[in-house]
Amino acid sequence: MVDRETEVDFNTMITPETFLMGLRSPEIAEESSPGQFVMIRAGKGMDPLLRRPFSVAGIREDGLVLILYRVIGRGTKILAEVRKGERLPVMGPLGRGFQRPGEITRPILVAGGIGVAPLFFLAQALNRRDMEFMAGYGSSKEIIDTKQIFPAPPDITYSTDDGTLGHPGMVTDLLDKYLSQNRGEEKSFSIFACGPLPMLKRVAATAADRDIPLQVSLEAAMACGLGACQGCAVNVLSLEGGIHYYRVCSEGPVFPGNALDWSRL
Amino acid sequence: MSLQPDMSVRLGPLVLKNPVMTASGTFGYGREFEYLVDLSQLGAVVVKGLSLRPMKGNPPPRIVETPCGMLNAIGLANIGLEDFLEEKLPWLRSIDTHLIVNIYGHSIGEYAELAKALKGVEGVSALEVNISCPNVESGGMAFGTDPEMTARVTESVAGNTDKPVIVKLTPNVTDIRIQAKAAAEAGADALSLINTLTGMAIDIETRTPKLGNISGGLSGPAIRPVAIHMVYQAVNAVEIPVIGIGGIMDHRDALEFIIAGASAVQVGTANFVNPRATLDILKGIGEYCGERGIKSIRELTGSLKVPDKAFSPEP
Repeated sequence: MVDRETEVDFNTMITPETFLMGLRSPEIAEESSPGQFVMIRAGKGMDPLLRRPFSVAGIREDGLVLILYRVIGRGTKILAEVRKGERLPVMGPLGRGFQRPGEITRPILVAGGIGVAPLFFLAQALNRRDMEFMAGYGSSKEIIDTKQIFPAPPDITYSTDDGTLGHPGMVTDLLDKYLSQNRGEEKSFSIFACGPLPMLKRVAATAADRDIPLQVSLEAAMACGLGACQGCAVNVLSLEGGIHYYRVCSEGPVFPGNALDWSRL
Repeated sequence: MSLQPDMSVRLGPLVLKNPVMTASGTFGYGREFEYLVDLSQLGAVVVKGLSLRPMKGNPPPRIVETPCGMLNAIGLANIGLEDFLEEKLPWLRSIDTHLIVNIYGHSIGEYAELAKALKGVEGVSALEVNISCPNVESGGMAFGTDPEMTARVTESVAGNTDKPVIVKLTPNVTDIRIQAKAAAEAGADALSLINTLTGMAIDIETRTPKLGNISGGLSGPAIRPVAIHMVYQAVNAVEIPVIGIGGIMDHRDALEFIIAGASAVQVGTANFVNPRATLDILKGIGEYCGERGIKSIRELTGSLKVPDKAFSPEP
């Protein structure tokens, strides 16, 4: 793990609201595994104050770390203005990523919106033909062109809320449909999901119903990113019952679906 | 090339090699920053508030960013005395700096019990008594806002320990000098201030509080002017050393506190923005002294020049 002023190799708008940033950090590229994240400081001033966590969306052999972000707040707005050659404080890789599935397990990747970021990296690392990748977006114009991320992009099945491309509706419909078509093979699957909370809740319910292992990557506001401040707590289940917390930054951001207390999320 | 200035400072019986410490709650148990900060260069490490038994903390969300600052309502989530002694202390002991343990109790009895349990424990240089946490129902700020309770907690810790006692004060009072005097007269060796200012933020779409605990404590550069004034007031109200805390982001901020009269400083929220903030601040203070021919940092403490005024109501 390092914390350095890191050179921005490119920072490109790839949909009207989404940017792909390439950070030149051979150390982070070397150490990162899918599901891990970096903390980036946007801007030099005191407002906004805190660094922002971003999943690693991929790595390139030349030591580039890819970050995919949607411009939604002040921090990401500042990031969007950053130009090639500028330097940003970047700390990482942080947190615990996805546990790799065994060879006989067939991975199903389920993404909602910008939640594709860690799953792009997972897909890149898994590099498997028997992988199912489904991604849901609001509209076709939000869909991220995978050719910008991967030299050889995986096949992705899409859904859009407005029905402008792929299945009209939610990505969880695609998951349910796929599992129904492959009834009886539940034992061979493992699901990896990242996206908005309502989507993750539905994926968790499906996985629990069909007894399929699930790993989810959670998002949380963070201050330190190092496990020190306890700011990013999330409710988890415990054998003793009652309320228990894990830190998204250090016990996560990837959690087994059956470890989380979904009723309190 | 000027001589290296003497950076050592004295906090009652405790001598630190330099005036820069970490603030409790922002630096975990130190080891979280192991690969980023050479802890042995710090004046002291102040660890997360410790209670007798483990505390789970408050429901999320626990933090929210605010203009030039942040609100937190962690709720003193900590591993408890037993695990601290077993799991955290051995490593901390191996670091060549002072370890200050911040203690928190739900009752006066619990503060006394913690003091007793840490009495004679090797590797613990001092106790910082937390009577200022705004995010817990009992103890914490409830004690720190009442001068009589401030005195009783201070006495119960001081009477049960062989270590220097630092009392950490809350800014959520009308006149900080009253609490400062109460702690000093009750046997505190030093004071540290300020803890966070109580605050709140609301999501106007959902009309719900942004924090799970409804309210929280404000920290960061937004609170610095408040903190500097309170340190200035406290320094002029008591004889014991004062540690300045509140929104210190760089060496200039730290120097403001020192010139106002602080003997040392603690750096909190800045650790989140720049994990090496403490070391950068230390270096900056050294350079400031070197460039001005200041031989000892102690020359700077309380060196504030206040112009004569016809009417000067305070301190």
